[in-house]
Amino acid sequence: MRKLLALALAAMLVMSAACAFAAETFKIGGTAPLTGGAAIYGNAAKNGAQIAVDEINAAGGYVKFDLRYEDDTHDAEKAVNAYNALKDWGVQVSLSSVTSKPAEATAAENFADRIFGLTPSASAAAVTAGKDNVFQMCFVDPNQGSASAQYIADKKLATKVAVIWKNDDVYSKGIYDTFVVKAKELGLEVVSDMTFADGNDTDFSVQLKDAQDKGAELVFLPMYYQPASLIFAQAAAMDYAPKWFGVDGMDGILTMEGFDKALAECVMLLTPFNADAKDARTQNFVAEYQKRHGEVPNQFAADGYDCVYAFAQALEKSQAKGSMSAEEICGLMIAQFTSMTFDGLTGANMTWSKNGEVTKDPKGMVIKDGAYVGLD
Amino acid sequence: MKRLINLKRIEARRIFITYAIVTLAYIIFQVMSSAGLLSSSMRGMLVPICAYMVMAVSLNLVVGVLGELSLGHAGFMSVGAFSGVAAAVLMQNIIPIAALRLTAAMLVGAAFAALAGFLIGIPVLRLKGDYLAIVTLAFGEIIKSLLNNFYLGVDSGGLHFSMLTDNTRLLEGGRLIIRGPMGISGIQKIATFPAGFALTIIALAIVFNLVNSRMGRSFMAIRDDRIAAESVGIDITKYKMMAFVMSAAIAGAAGCLFAMNYSTIVANKFDFNTSILILVFVVLGGQGNMLGSIIAAAALTILPEKLRSFADYRMLLYAVVLIAVMLGTNNAGIKRFFDKLNPFNRFNNNNKDEDDEAGEAA
Repeated sequence: MRKLLALALAAMLVMSAACAFAAETFKIGGTAPLTGGAAIYGNAAKNGAQIAVDEINAAGGYVKFDLRYEDDTHDAEKAVNAYNALKDWGVQVSLSSVTSKPAEATAAENFADRIFGLTPSASAAAVTAGKDNVFQMCFVDPNQGSASAQYIADKKLATKVAVIWKNDDVYSKGIYDTFVVKAKELGLEVVSDMTFADGNDTDFSVQLKDAQDKGAELVFLPMYYQPASLIFAQAAAMDYAPKWFGVDGMDGILTMEGFDKALAECVMLLTPFNADAKDARTQNFVAEYQKRHGEVPNQFAADGYDCVYAFAQALEKSQAKGSMSAEEICGLMIAQFTSMTFDGLTGANMTWSKNGEVTKDPKGMVIKDGAYVGLD
Repeated sequence: MKRLINLKRIEARRIFITYAIVTLAYIIFQVMSSAGLLSSSMRGMLVPICAYMVMAVSLNLVVGVLGELSLGHAGFMSVGAFSGVAAAVLMQNIIPIAALRLTAAMLVGAAFAALAGFLIGIPVLRLKGDYLAIVTLAFGEIIKSLLNNFYLGVDSGGLHFSMLTDNTRLLEGGRLIIRGPMGISGIQKIATFPAGFALTIIALAIVFNLVNSRMGRSFMAIRDDRIAAESVGIDITKYKMMAFVMSAAIAGAAGCLFAMNYSTIVANKFDFNTSILILVFVVLGGQGNMLGSIIAAAALTILPEKLRSFADYRMLLYAVVLIAVMLGTNNAGIKRFFDKLNPFNRFNNNNKDEDDEAGEAA
């Protein structure tokens, strides 16, 4: 009997050892606004990442993940607290933070602690600036601004442009700044430049009247989709129908509750992700996301999903071990991310520069019959 | 006469206990931190806790001692944070020693916040009660809006600033320090726990000495009976202004300490919610009770982090704990129970009425 027990024990040991050899488990974690005003973005990124982790773990490859998200309520102070909670948990690779300002604060901690960070969607340039171990999956805000101006000029969409932007928002401001510079360079005339802020973001009649009076053919809206939806409705009410051009924050407007899709007809936007794309990977992801959460995933969800897959690829290629410390993995990841190419839902052939910014092509989309269609 | 001496002794003991508890807590945490016994989570919160404790002491001077409700205290924190950090950036090459630079930055932050307190105080302190509270709320929002639209840059030609849009036109090699809604980025994190402790002790020393001076007695006279105070010749506006400016200066230093603990800071951080949070510290700890508000500040900063394991329920739990504590501390039966447990209060049973008076006066 004792022999049998010993044998069984030995067998179990061998089996568990075999399992450990088969897959390396890494602790991956990030902070996101899971509650509060920015919760849609945080939960989308978290859900997207969770789907990727479940897929990877079920596939039984070299890498296995243990995912944990902590709430930062879109606040830099809370984000650092959440980051520290993850550090206590023993996080090995970090998904940084979802929104820009919290990510800026946690990126500084990532840099100091030598924990590699890859943010799904924090797009401010300051997130990666001066840090060799913090990378982005999304475009940097300044790039979006200049890419939009470039796109408008290249496609000869308009010569007289109006801009309505939110002047107390990092995201809006970052895009606006470079858009105006690039527009000037390319000979686009910004005829109307109007702002709004938190608290007065429900009535846009003044801004729209100004754009209309000055004869703007195209209105550029570097903002998230809630104010944009109001702008469309109010412009329609005053019979003003310019071309509309948005950026990736506009993504999600079609799934917004109570929004009349007809208003967004012919709105153009630059976004890296299109939930209606016909490739199998995107369709699988969208179907899975809809099954779990009952809604069409937006760009943040796709970014979260891509981040996990990018990590899986980099960890496998560098043959990192689950027993390594975060600092050892950080060195391997820096080498991998600056040299590898990655194909994801938000773009093919992505590469990263040494300062952590991603290079991928923005996709021009236009809304036709209540769905995104490629512009080209 | 005997009653007066007794009262003074109780007051002195209260002050001594406050200093002792703060110092003891500092030593314990400092030792634990250097021995590596503290979790990253706790270590990361040490400086913000100090900043919030100083904020609580500062607001307690206005609410507890002067008896006026201020709902815009985060505004002063904001002014101190932005001016202090800007000063620290400018002094980067002049003062190479981090601790000295932090001290200088906190002084600048305190000075600017005091100035803001003075300017706001001119119209505000002519009001009283609810009106004063609402106007301070408005000023807090105004400070937030102004800083959201303020640009400050430095280059070889000196300092440049502009409002609304960035018209600073910096020369080559210049640096835009405050960037409107983007706030300040790339702050060197030079705030330390010892600095936070030192600031807490200084704030306590200032407030305690103020309260037990001629000035402090005037504050309390105004609080207890405005008409009687005026009738004995106390210049109400002058004394209110003194308390207000002093409180703003302390808040400014705390704001600077807070900002220097993070790599980035935005004006929206110091909004109405932050003002209310600080007011909760004061009310929970007891108006006029410095030790109480310090403990409340520390507890309410740590509590949400400790509740992280409850995931989505933590917001609810936080509120429930808050309500329970508020009810508990105001329940006479529970109060008596804790008084019996408190070894420092062993004389109270003999001098029950004196203690009650001291409690009311404090």
